[in-house]
Amino acid sequence: MELLAFGKTGWGDELFYATLMTIAVSITAMLVGFLFALIFTPLKLSKYKTLNLIGNFYTTVIRGVPELLVIYLFFFGGSGAIMYVASIFGYYEYIEINAFITGAMAIGIISGAYSTEVFRGAIQSIDKGQFEAAKVLGINKFGQFYKIILPQMLRLAIPNLSNVWQITLKDTSLISVTGLVEIMRQSYIAAGSTRDPLFFYSFAAVLYLLLTYMSMKLINKLEVRYSRGY
Amino acid sequence: MDFDLMITSFPKLLGATVITLKLLSASLFFGLFLGLFFAILRLNKNIFINKFAYGYSYIFRGTPLLVQIFIIYFGLGQIEYLRTTFLWVILKEPYWCAIIAFTLNTGAYTSEILRSAFQTIKPGIIEAGKSLGISNKIIFYKIQIPIAIRQSLPAYGNEIILMMKGTSLASTVTLMDLTGVAKYIISTTFKPIEVFIVAGGIYLFMTFIIHNVIKYLEKKYSFQQ
Repeated sequence: MELLAFGKTGWGDELFYATLMTIAVSITAMLVGFLFALIFTPLKLSKYKTLNLIGNFYTTVIRGVPELLVIYLFFFGGSGAIMYVASIFGYYEYIEINAFITGAMAIGIISGAYSTEVFRGAIQSIDKGQFEAAKVLGINKFGQFYKIILPQMLRLAIPNLSNVWQITLKDTSLISVTGLVEIMRQSYIAAGSTRDPLFFYSFAAVLYLLLTYMSMKLINKLEVRYSRGY
Repeated sequence: MDFDLMITSFPKLLGATVITLKLLSASLFFGLFLGLFFAILRLNKNIFINKFAYGYSYIFRGTPLLVQIFIIYFGLGQIEYLRTTFLWVILKEPYWCAIIAFTLNTGAYTSEILRSAFQTIKPGIIEAGKSLGISNKIIFYKIQIPIAIRQSLPAYGNEIILMMKGTSLASTVTLMDLTGVAKYIISTTFKPIEVFIVAGGIYLFMTFIIHNVIKYLEKKYSFQQ
């Protein structure tokens, strides 16, 4: 227990901030994922074959390639890509991207592929009559989507999105390879300097369990909220 | 685009794929038995056995695979007693540590998949077996298990693909699997995109094969022949 003391003698405060970092990265990645899902879900549902192909390419590649490989691509390739773009605009200095942004982007793109699949499934399982009825009532496209399709879609999507959240949360542990100090990295540092890896990695496992447990409780509440009337 | 690098790195990555496949097949093989064992425990009426099996799957599904590998590879070596037993022969090898971690992880997911498959078997089928005078043991082995396997094929196919992606974590414990070699080539040449295309292509090819094999099996064992 001394090892977990707050302050200079223990690792308690460091691990606490690392946990906050894990939560921050997970939420950012999830939001980035939603952004990608917002772009790629319409592509996958589109009437045009080419757009379909682009959407399918994204979800297939990302879901078929290990997360770690994607992270390495971003870690080693990220600043190169940014520097290339900057060089077009005449900026030739070395640019280093923040580990947080790299990690959140990499995990976000992965989480986006899963979210896209969830949204696609949810929209497809809404009864066709709903779309037609909305049209007949003369509701404009915007109102159709926000007032009729979205609420029904969310009810169907939330249980699956909760799985995506769990995957995203667990995937953030992989960002530790890029040096971002989240739970895994902090445990690695603590384990190295105290020579007590068993304790620190087990404690990391407990922290992750706590996070998944608490998020499950929260999501269950949301589920109840969005399935009112069913 | 450096096509020369893509061509020269391809054989190296293909060689590393063998290790990935070895890790995958070993952990799936052991994991299937472990999963079946815990699925049966989950169906047990004894609350302690039931809770034990639930706890196992909860812990391994609730924590990242990376933590599990690190606990087994870095953590267990710390226990002095373990170093004196024969287990140390296995636990000092990163290869076996990775297989143990993967097995425990996939076992947890498999147990959930099989449990839900067992629970969806219609009671009528078991009753039919009983009324035909078939013993409980034979009902289990000859009726329940084949139906459960068929029911769980789609979900298990996903689990195989997830596990294939999971084996990439072996590279964090010094194993040179496909991802490990890819990272090595990237960090020596600083050409991440080219290597990513080749290594990702190999992974996608494996995903494609697994997906189609499972699809074929699903068709073969579907109820309406």
